Amino acid sequence: MFKWLEKNLPKIVMAPAVGLIGWFVYGFVLWTLYISFTNSKILPKYELWGVGQYVKLWGSRKWLIAVDNLLIFTALFLIFCVVIGIILAIFLDQKIRAEGVLRTIYLYPMALSFIVTGTAWKWILNPTLGIQKMFIDWGFENFTFDWLVNREMAIYTIVIAGVWQSAGFVMALFLAGLRSVEDEIVKAAKIDGANLFTVYWKILLPMMRPVFFTSFVILVHISIKSYDLIVALTQGGPGISTTMPALYMTQTAFHKSQVGLSAASAMMMFMAVAAVIIPYLYSELRRENAR
Amino acid sequence: MQDKIHTSYKQLEQRSKYTNMFLRWFLYFVLILFALYFIFPLYVMIVTSLKTMEEIRQGTLLTWPSGLNFDSWAVAWGGRGYGAGDTFLKPYFWNSIKMVVPAVFFSTFIGAMTGYVLTKWRFKGDQWVFLFLLFGCFIPFQAILLPMARTLGVLGISNSVIGLVLVHTVYGIPFTTLFFRNYYISVPTELVKAARIDGAGFFKIFFKILLPISAPIIVVTVIWQFTQIWNDFLFGSTFSFGEAAPIQVALNNMVLSSTSVKEYNVDMASAIIAGVPTLIVYVLAGKYFIRGLTSGAVKG
Repeated sequence: MFKWLEKNLPKIVMAPAVGLIGWFVYGFVLWTLYISFTNSKILPKYELWGVGQYVKLWGSRKWLIAVDNLLIFTALFLIFCVVIGIILAIFLDQKIRAEGVLRTIYLYPMALSFIVTGTAWKWILNPTLGIQKMFIDWGFENFTFDWLVNREMAIYTIVIAGVWQSAGFVMALFLAGLRSVEDEIVKAAKIDGANLFTVYWKILLPMMRPVFFTSFVILVHISIKSYDLIVALTQGGPGISTTMPALYMTQTAFHKSQVGLSAASAMMMFMAVAAVIIPYLYSELRRENAR
Repeated sequence: MQDKIHTSYKQLEQRSKYTNMFLRWFLYFVLILFALYFIFPLYVMIVTSLKTMEEIRQGTLLTWPSGLNFDSWAVAWGGRGYGAGDTFLKPYFWNSIKMVVPAVFFSTFIGAMTGYVLTKWRFKGDQWVFLFLLFGCFIPFQAILLPMARTLGVLGISNSVIGLVLVHTVYGIPFTTLFFRNYYISVPTELVKAARIDGAGFFKIFFKILLPISAPIIVVTVIWQFTQIWNDFLFGSTFSFGEAAPIQVALNNMVLSSTSVKEYNVDMASAIIAGVPTLIVYVLAGKYFIRGLTSGAVKG
């Protein structure tokens, strides 16, 4: 008995973690999947109903707006974060004075919650007393900046706040990547007459392919899950113009009590994340095994 | 040969001295411009929180406050002193502390244990077990919200700090496991093997050999978990309301409550109070914070 215990102790120690994750992650996802095939309203029903909820979901105008917004947000969020992140990383890599201070400034938003970020930007972007008033007081009398309350433009305020929060993170990833490149490569290229621009464009950035990949995965992941920022900044409004899938899911589940429908929307989000993450994990593992 | 390369490199540098100088000015200009962009909201938050509403209406976002006026901070933290409808952050701040401390402790401890087993007591299929746990880092939490809400109800701990501790502990495990596993994998297994030959057992090896060298990864993990849990809104707002809510939920409720006139100075003071603990950690231990970010790398 004691011998057995000793031999299996590592597995026994592993068991709680595996059990908890098995139950709370895999079990729960399967439960949600099952419920998405039922006609559950306020309370879950366990009688199968087919794909009705998915049909309903993709026929819902609000969901289509949410998906549309997600695509716009993801595209802009990705582009701006990566471009700003790379510029900052390359510039910081030029033996800059006070690099530590600048880095700290670029990255501090990552330490804040999206609720804090959203609260701050909501105040800054508010049309009566925020940026608009600042420019008007400076003498630009016709200056208007009402994106926050403008149906067409409100989604871009979420991009502004999101990029502000996450661009520093991409900077940190690329800076770490650039720092891991041997100095000799850059020196050799310079001796061959390459200028700094060519060195980065032709040599270093192509070497950063894994960093691009990682940033892409993380940023897409953040944007699919984005919820807090929208709640704090626009609550999905004006109207439903800034709804995104995560917000749609919680509203459908907890305000409209459409459990089956919200489960279907959650599964769509799950599949979107899986489509990005599984290839990523696969390639990461392969890289690790190759080492 | 070496010398020749060296001199030609020198010449090259000489020639481009002026272009270089221009380039450096440009570099600093862009870097400082971005620094201003990143610092701008923090500056606005701080000065707004120190102004009276009258000053806010008269000045602009950037106007310097007339004095150090901490009234709105006092209101944000302790309320105005009348009963109903007077929401302020103090009780929720403590809720968050009561939630964060045990959740960080349990998730870090479990992560250390699983990371230890996965690297030093390897068994057949352990790679798959790791992958099994790792996938938990990535799931969108919307896919588990509904069953979690029911489970907390069945356990009788919905709308309580204990419920949130459970939730944050469980969904922290994939990250903490990842951190410890990646750290312990670089610790030579020979050390462990030698100790085993000397008759040291599972726990003795962990506490005598692994734990004493684990300080850096413990710091990284604790900071990561602290930041994640303190800043969480989704779980907090879904599984708690009213008095059991953590601070981010309370902040959001305060800002959204549409009673009477909007007091932006109080809003900003509240936002700063809710953000200050993680900011302090970031400023004091930025190095570890960044390490967590770049190795955890899947902020959710």
